[in-house]
Amino acid sequence: MDWDWQFAREITPILLQGLKVTLIATILGAAVAAVLGLVFALLRRSSNRVVARTAGFLVQFIRGTPLLVQLYFIFYVLPDIGIRLPALAAGVIGMGLHYATYAAEVYRGGIEAVARGQWEAARATNLTMRQTWTHVILPQALPPMIPALANYLLAMFKETPLLSAITVLEMMNQAKSVANSTYRYVEPMTLVGVFFLIISLISVAGLRWLERRYGRRT
Amino acid sequence: MIVHQFNAAGSKARQDLDDAPIIRIHDLRKSFGSLTVIDGLSFEVHRGEKLALIGPSGSGKTTILRMLMTLETISGGRIEVCGEPLYHMSRNGAEVPADEAHLHEMRRHIGMVFQHFNLFPHKSVIDNITLAPMLTQGVARADAERQARELLEMVGLADKEASMPSQLSGGQKQRVAIARALALKPEIMLFDEVTSALDPELVEEVLEVMKRLAAETDMTMLLVTHEMGFAREFADRVLFFDRGRICEQGTPEQIFTNPAQDRTRTFLRKIIAAGHRV
Ligand SMILES: Nc1ncnc2c1ncn2[C@@H]1O[C@H](COP(=O)(O)OP(=O)(O)OP(=O)(O)O)[C@@H](O)[C@H]1O
Ligand SMILES: [Mg+2]
Repeated sequence: MDWDWQFAREITPILLQGLKVTLIATILGAAVAAVLGLVFALLRRSSNRVVARTAGFLVQFIRGTPLLVQLYFIFYVLPDIGIRLPALAAGVIGMGLHYATYAAEVYRGGIEAVARGQWEAARATNLTMRQTWTHVILPQALPPMIPALANYLLAMFKETPLLSAITVLEMMNQAKSVANSTYRYVEPMTLVGVFFLIISLISVAGLRWLERRYGRRT
Repeated sequence: MIVHQFNAAGSKARQDLDDAPIIRIHDLRKSFGSLTVIDGLSFEVHRGEKLALIGPSGSGKTTILRMLMTLETISGGRIEVCGEPLYHMSRNGAEVPADEAHLHEMRRHIGMVFQHFNLFPHKSVIDNITLAPMLTQGVARADAERQARELLEMVGLADKEASMPSQLSGGQKQRVAIARALALKPEIMLFDEVTSALDPELVEEVLEVMKRLAAETDMTMLLVTHEMGFAREFADRVLFFDRGRICEQGTPEQIFTNPAQDRTRTFLRKIIAAGHRV
């Protein structure tokens, strides 16, 4: 097994092309997860028991099944009932939905950590529910959540190769197609690993910083 | 300075109601599960009155204030504030349970200061005070800040407007909390043991502010306290609660020097024994 620098240089642009898709999928997936997670968290807090239970069940269900299965389901099964999604959209929705359940748990913990007296002070100063959330509860609940959420973001980033299973041309998929057509695996796979590692290392440094900045002191 | 605005607002707007009670509580009941905490309570408070609510632990004093602040629902009976039912409203001629919009409307009459301050820890002192007037009364920032500074002056914290709550002592926090409640210009202020979470040496600075408030405003004030000496000085009328009912009421003189009920005497004796001044 020998390393061919020339070949590595040749395939780098196409892998970077894939990396771009990987990053886009991660960012969009994270956005979906952040918003859907909030929806899940609020639904689970609903005073309507049926709503709260249903949301709780849905969260358990999504968490209890593998992401890969969910991706297959969204991309290959939903078309049978007439929902046909482009591969990247299916991937973003699948990852977003999956990680939304983790985000929901983080939100729930963060919201419950805000003292009851804060709700009461908001009420005593006659803020509306909406104002209470936006001006009192969320500004206190969100910062301590940031390190945990960033952690899931990194985890999601590292799971994007799963999207290759539903034909998304992210980095892993590009590397696979290069390998399949040239019968050389060592360069493409090594480069994929290196690119992931570089971004992960940068992210971990960022995470450390976030933890220092926002993390709850224990 | 600011207190005169209260006077004007209080008396001009509602002169016609001046003789009617500002709070009317009738046959009020409150249970938590199977535990009945308030049981057929009735009393009235007149505009401008300073009322002290005293009584043994668990007699329901906090619960009464919380029901007035709509932090607790009621289990039965009726509360009227400024001539309007608090937990009821009329719709198509029939009286129905109040909705959130009605409660919101009614809460404008009432402010509350809590035992544990409950300042917004992520906001500076001045933002704590300006937040609600800006959000709920549409006051412009500049006006809200001007008013906040006057209030901070009044509570003796003019130099603390940029501080965060975590940088303040308990007594300072509580004075900010008082300013925050006053900023909304409520006609009724509720104080729930506002000094009992404070170190003893910080109690006086808060009581001092409240004494001035009582002397200089015609706001109606309901005060729950274990500081009997302060209650005596502060209140026009003292209500002694026991097991969710008024056991005895009267002027501070009557209650503290010549209580009619054995239970009042026992309570006062115990509280003196526990080291509180009367
Ligand atoms: N949320 C609640 N759930 C269940 N029981 C409650 C609740 N709040 C108050 N109680 C009970 O109601 C009773 C009256 O409580 P409350 O706090 O009004 O008393 P209090 O007169 O203010 O006493 P203290 O002087 O100790 O503050 C107590 O027995 C208390 O345990
Ligand atoms: Mg109490």
